[in-house]
Formats: sequence, structure tokens, C-alpha cells
Amino acid sequence: MRGPERFLRRFGAGVAAAALGLSFVGADEARRTERRSGFDDMSRETQAMQRDDTANPGMLWVQEGEALWNRKEGTAARACAECHGDAAASMRGVAARHPAFDPATEQPIGLEGRINRCRQVHQGADAFAWESQDLLAVTVFVAHQSRGMPVAAEDPRLAPFRENGRRLFGERLGQLDLSCAQCHDDNAGKRLAGSVVPQGHPTGYPLYRLEWQGLGSLQRRLRNCMAGVRSEPHAYGSAALVELELFLMSRAGGMALEAPAVRP
Amino acid sequence: MALALLLGASATPPGAVAEAGLRPYVVEGDAIPAPLTGTPGDAGRGRAVVADRQRGLCLLCHAGPLPEERFQGTLAPDLAGAGARWSEGQLRLRLVDGRRLNPDTIMPSYYRVDGLTRVGPGWRGKPVLTAEEIEDVVAFLATLRD
Ligand code: HEC
Ligand code: HEC
Repeated sequence: MRGPERFLRRFGAGVAAAALGLSFVGADEARRTERRSGFDDMSRETQAMQRDDTANPGMLWVQEGEALWNRKEGTAARACAECHGDAAASMRGVAARHPAFDPATEQPIGLEGRINRCRQVHQGADAFAWESQDLLAVTVFVAHQSRGMPVAAEDPRLAPFRENGRRLFGERLGQLDLSCAQCHDDNAGKRLAGSVVPQGHPTGYPLYRLEWQGLGSLQRRLRNCMAGVRSEPHAYGSAALVELELFLMSRAGGMALEAPAVRP
Repeated sequence: MALALLLGASATPPGAVAEAGLRPYVVEGDAIPAPLTGTPGDAGRGRAVVADRQRGLCLLCHAGPLPEERFQGTLAPDLAGAGARWSEGQLRLRLVDGRRLNPDTIMPSYYRVDGLTRVGPGWRGKPVLTAEEIEDVVAFLATLRD
């Protein structure tokens, strides 16, 4: 049993659809109506940890990011706040529409890439290294301003890049020869050893993983899954990872952002 | 080999398998009847491979009658009774290259090195299990009769 039939049966929706005389909708369609965040599959304790800002370890990075937001940096000796003002207003919704179209390169640019661009162009500072505590802190501080907002990454100029992300999602990889879709579309909800396979929505990043004992970016997560199937992970910041992010965001369109989320 | 071809069996493409240093094998119907090695597999060693999450990886997806192993998967059929459902030759093909039977399966082909994409440097050109390990796992699965 594969595809929409199994999917709908699992959610008990088959009967209702049949009663209404509806033919089965495509797998994409069914998934869109029954999407679950990784949050929904976590234990009550881990959910409580995410919900309570005083218990959520990711909030430490948000505080750190706020300090960096206000700190003068680079040869321009300028802080993010001097150009952007109050982040609660100016950064609201920004994470919900990244990766976004970058007119300078006519390519998609992710949130981390955008932050580093501002550092180099407007602050005269060096780019933060990928996965450095500073980059994670500024990114999660910005992402936190969009908490609860729906993912809205549908810029039509990005369509070809999104399509490439979709192709990468369906491509079998590595010595184990598995695609993202085989786990996250076809087998979500089942257990890979002790872990529930989530649908793989990128709504909580950067997030705190108990397994990492730290904050990590979406690209770190994708590289972990790639290493898991024994493939050579794409490099941080590579076009392939940004395109995968872009596809995952459109697949999660309308879902609420959670940064900083907590995951097992 | 000639006999196998006459009986309508397919031989492995000689190029890929020989170049990679894999032992050649002959598929007949849905089985590889002949062992990949000259020495018989060892069920005890096979059990250890199945339990090992770095080598066999089986319990990531399957549950099986290995009561001491916690966190078994639910992505695949329970291995209990596999030896009653399948002959050794059928088990061997399902391990070596189950994709011949079901191209969409998530069960990895454990003894195959061609047709893969972006294999990590540490794994390149190597099958997931060696011929000896395949025979050990087949011997173990054959003991799972209920
Ligand atoms: C063999 C199964 C498997 C494959 C293949 C796989 N993943 Fe995952 N993925 C998982 C599991 C299991 C988790 C959850 C890990 C945990 O909770 O410890 C996960 C987590 C994720 C998450 C995080 C979801 C959240 O709620 O935070 C994303 C995003 C993701 N995967 C995307 C991908 C992409 C993109 C690919 C392909 C490059 C991929 N995965 C390949 C099993 C897989
Ligand atoms: C990534 C997931 C995965 C891994 C790892 C895996 N399997 Fe499987 N296996 C499956 C699935 C799914 C099936 C169901 C058949 C199909 O999909 O065509 C299967 C089928 C089988 C079958 C036939 C089962 C039956 O009774 O019909 C046997 C035997 C088997 N696997 C043994 C193993 C052994 C032994 C290992 C480790 C050396 C292993 N598998 C690793 C997913 C997996």
C-alpha cells in the first residue's frame, strides 16, 4: 500500500473521502492537508521544553543574538540595529520568506547567507563561519521574530530553483541508495530504530537538538540525513542545500514557524 | 551459467560486478541458489551483524527476535519467521540486491556497488556487507523459523 491511499487510511480520512464520492487526491495534496511538524511527534516533556521560554535552551542563543544585533561591527563600526531599527518590527516575517530571491545574483539566498552579506557589504566585517555560535545566534534571533507566522516562500522568480530542490529531494543517494522522499514522504510516522521519521518540515530552525546538545541550522540537519545514507553531504552554503531548503519551505507553506524549536 | 540461462535465469552484468571485485553470482527466478563463498555462513556471526547498527543496520528498519536489542524499527516486515517464509537462496537475493525484485523498495542492496549517487568517500566502491557477512546473515535468517 503506497501513496495517497495509505496516507489517507493512516489518518482515517479514507472513509470520509469515499462517502463524499471524492476520488483520491494526489499525494502532494493529501500531505498538504495533513502536515505535521516534528513538534507533533515529540514527547510531552520535549514539547513542554520548547513551549516554555525559560526552559527552552534555544532562548540563550536568541539573547546572544540580540546582543550581536546591537553591537557595532566591522570597519563601518555599525550595528544591525542602526540600519534595521527594532527587530521586532523590521525582522517580523523575514524568516518566513527565506530563502528569498536575491536581485544581485538572481539566485536564492538563505537567511544565514543574507546575514553574512550584510556583514560584508554594510558592516565591512568578515562573514561568520557556517555553524559558528555567532552566526547561529544572529540567525535564531532574526528567525524568532517570525515565531507563529506562516511560511510564505512562494516567490515565482525562484520556481526553477525550487524545482531543482524537489528533484534533489527525490534523488536516491549514497551507499544505502535512499532518497529524502522515501523516508519523509513515504514512511513518515514510522520508526527508524528509536526515532519517529518526521515529515521533515523546516519550521523550527535554527533549533536545539538534545542529540547535538546545542543549536544547529537546517543545513546541518540536511547534511546529517545525507551522511546517514552514507552519501557525501553537500557543502554548507552550496546551491544544492539552498535549493533543498527552498523546496522544503514551499512544501511547508502555511505552517507556523517555531524557532527556536527543540527536537530530540 | 549456461544452464541457468537456459532455465530463463538472468546472470549479473559481468562488467560491473567483476570490476568492483564482487564475487560473481547467478540469479535464478527470485533467488541466488549458490552461496557467494566456498565456506558456509555462521549463524552466530550473522546474528551479530544483524544486531550491529553500524554494520548490518537491519534493526534500524526491521524488528526481529533479538530481545536484548532496544529501539527496533517499524519501517519493514518483522524478521521473525523469515527462514520459514524463504529459502536460503531467496534470502540471499533479498540481501544482495532486493531492488531486482522491487525497484522502489527502501531495503538497501547489500552487495552492490554500481548505479549509486554521491557515495561518501569512506564507502565508495565497497558493498555494505562482504560476501562472508552476507553468508553469515543468510545462515542466521535461516534459523528464524517462527
Ligand atoms: C533513512 C531515513 C531518512 C532519509 C533517507 C532522510 N532522512 Fe531526514 N530525518 C530522518 C529522521 C529519522 C529524522 C529525525 C531525527 C531525530 O528525530 O533524531 C530526520 C529529520 C529531518 C528533518 C528535521 C525535521 C524537524 O522536525 O526538525 C529534515 C528537515 C529532514 N530530515 C530532511 C531530509 C532531507 C532533505 C533528506 C535528503 C537529503 C533526508 N531528510 C533524508 C530520516 C531520514
Ligand atoms: C532502510 C530500511 C531497511 C534496512 C536497513 C534493511 N531492510 Fe530488510 N526490508 C526492508 C523493507 C521495506 C522490506 C520489505 C520488502 C520490500 O520493500 O520490497 C525488507 C525485506 C526484507 C526481507 C524479506 C522479509 C519478508 O519476510 O518478506 C528480509 C529477509 C530482510 N529484509 C532482511 C534484512 C536484513 C538481514 C537486513 C540487514 C542486513 C535488512 N533487511 C536491512 C527495509 C530494510
